[in-house]
Amino acid sequence: MSARKIVFTSGKGGVGKTTTTVNVGAALAKRGHRVILVDADIGLRNLDLVLGLEKRIVFDLVEVVEGRCQVRQALIKDKRFEALSILPAAQTRDKDSVSEDQMKRLVDDLADMADFVLIDCPAGIEGGFRNAVAGASEAIVVTTPEVSAIRDADRVIGKIGERSIPMRLIINRIRPEMVRAGDMLSVEDVCEILSAELLGIVPDDEEVIDTTNRGEPIVLGETSRLRGIYEKIARRLEGELVPFTNLESTGFFGRLLGALKAG
Amino acid sequence: MHVLEQPFDDADHEQSAPRSEPAPVKLGRAIVITSGKGGVGKTTTTANLGTALARRGHTVALVDADVGLRNLDIVMGLESRVKYHVLDVLEEKATIDEALVRDKHSPTLVLLAAAQAREKDEVDTRKMVELVHSLRERFDYVLIDCPAGIEKGFQNAVAGAQEAIVVCTPEVSAVRDVDRVVGLLGNAFSPQLIINRMRAQLVKKGKMLSVEDVNGILRLPLLGVIAEEPDVIVSTNRGEPLALRTDSQTAAAYHAIAARVDGEDVPAPAVEYKESFITKLGSLFGGRRNS
Amino acid sequence: MIEFLNRLFGRQTSGATAKERLRLVLMSDHLSLAPELVEAMKRDLVDVISRYVEVDRDKIDVHFENQENVVAMLANIPITGVNRNAGREQTPAVPVMEQAAQTPQAAQAPAAPPRPRPRRRRKKNAAATAS
Repeated sequence: MSARKIVFTSGKGGVGKTTTTVNVGAALAKRGHRVILVDADIGLRNLDLVLGLEKRIVFDLVEVVEGRCQVRQALIKDKRFEALSILPAAQTRDKDSVSEDQMKRLVDDLADMADFVLIDCPAGIEGGFRNAVAGASEAIVVTTPEVSAIRDADRVIGKIGERSIPMRLIINRIRPEMVRAGDMLSVEDVCEILSAELLGIVPDDEEVIDTTNRGEPIVLGETSRLRGIYEKIARRLEGELVPFTNLESTGFFGRLLGALKAG
Repeated sequence: MHVLEQPFDDADHEQSAPRSEPAPVKLGRAIVITSGKGGVGKTTTTANLGTALARRGHTVALVDADVGLRNLDIVMGLESRVKYHVLDVLEEKATIDEALVRDKHSPTLVLLAAAQAREKDEVDTRKMVELVHSLRERFDYVLIDCPAGIEKGFQNAVAGAQEAIVVCTPEVSAVRDVDRVVGLLGNAFSPQLIINRMRAQLVKKGKMLSVEDVNGILRLPLLGVIAEEPDVIVSTNRGEPLALRTDSQTAAAYHAIAARVDGEDVPAPAVEYKESFITKLGSLFGGRRNS
Repeated sequence: MIEFLNRLFGRQTSGATAKERLRLVLMSDHLSLAPELVEAMKRDLVDVISRYVEVDRDKIDVHFENQENVVAMLANIPITGVNRNAGREQTPAVPVMEQAAQTPQAAQAPAAPPRPRPRRRRKKNAAATAS
């Protein structure tokens, strides 16, 4: 059976696409799925770095597409998981090096080897974006509850809509205390503005920077409250209807505090 | 990746005599603000640095080069005043004057917005260069907000500039991307560095790269270090750049950066980066590098 | 602290401001991104007006303008004559443009300052009804 091919995109850079791709992928892998992560950000690769696999890169996506190596030679297995691999981007090439058709064929090939192929899309809506989306049959739009990010997400949602693939939204880096104070858009605000189906809500957490510094997905750690959140996203992707908790929505002040402490 | 062509004008931004006029016109400085990685604060920096320079009495034109994903207008709070954009000017559907939006707060500051419903491929690089040159003839500073990435949008944004400010956050991906961008810029742009979203507490705990960590890799003249502040989100919500305020740490940082861009030798003030080894930092701040 | 003081003195929270600004800016973005929709709207608008007055279809200009708190549609429709069948046909369901012109000379927008340009018709809050 062929894998599900999901692109993680946003329009705006820096909202957490790569971090999200890595952690959702890792959560799916922990649940027993075979997962391949594809870094489609040719020239500005970062998926490898966030996973801590940068020293093991031998071949990259462009070399695969150009036929200079086989896919299996380029895939890097992450030894911390049963079945998580990544296909790194090329660093010294640019996005013209690959066409949409080539990406589509590549992702289809990968789909024969896995249950989930997750494509990390570059920022923007230029050629790199088009290539990344070309191979996908589903899209996850990642946004933060900030004006510029939402505006860009809106544009991207429009572009994905043109391709008629199903799309869901992850709201990243939400700060419940700022939402309560009226200084940040709430989950409800964002969903209303973007009219998208919600897949996950991830609170802002300074631990994330530390984990990306060390190249360790959050889901590997035992203590992070974000781990549970990525697991829930993975379960929703599997089709389970998992409710959003008080931590994730604005909820009542007391319950919110309680949930944060339990984190 | 091909090396970027030399900018249209020579790197000398002081005196440049246009073709047939008798008196030489002093050209303004065109600075591109770039990073590679998105979300590190390019647009915020363009908005705040522009505001700070205008407050110092300069005439400043901000140019949003992010075609299709424009945000400089909304960060400046000018989104409802934009009638024409860069492509309208390049395609001669509007004059520069019709397209320039005057800022609400600073009378010597204007904005040239990006097109929203167009693609970056549609920009003619050569015409973009000429546009920037026209702006340089009229303004002391032309700040170009560069899109994320290194594709055509980046190339067009950089093409008209003579100088570059690179913005980096203390995170591995950002540092790596800036390094790549600096490599692509080559020798022609004298890039200077702003480190944004610094969190001193995390650096102390060893959970975040320090200024030395970042610049040990990048080795660029350091324009400034700006601490992470939730107020930035609030200021974007309202469309009021923090540099308008007198009570904000971020505002003070941008004013200091503006002074350094102007050529002043401003030592690192304590308010910019609350860390114990502030004296060590002082040696890292050099004024403007001689071009 | 500043935000607290702002709210104390009745200023809207920045989150609420952000939401409102986003709503308007996205409306404006969507309009500029859907030229076919805008064209269809223009055609329908002109068809309706044509039931009352004759218009110069070649010189029609309809565009959208961002104003402080609203996205406004501005229609500039030169009127060349009165349609003799006006009023005898079925009343359109579209909300009424101010007074349908009795004569070409009377078709003046009430608040329009004297200008050399052809008469303008303002249709405010098009966005509000559309959302």
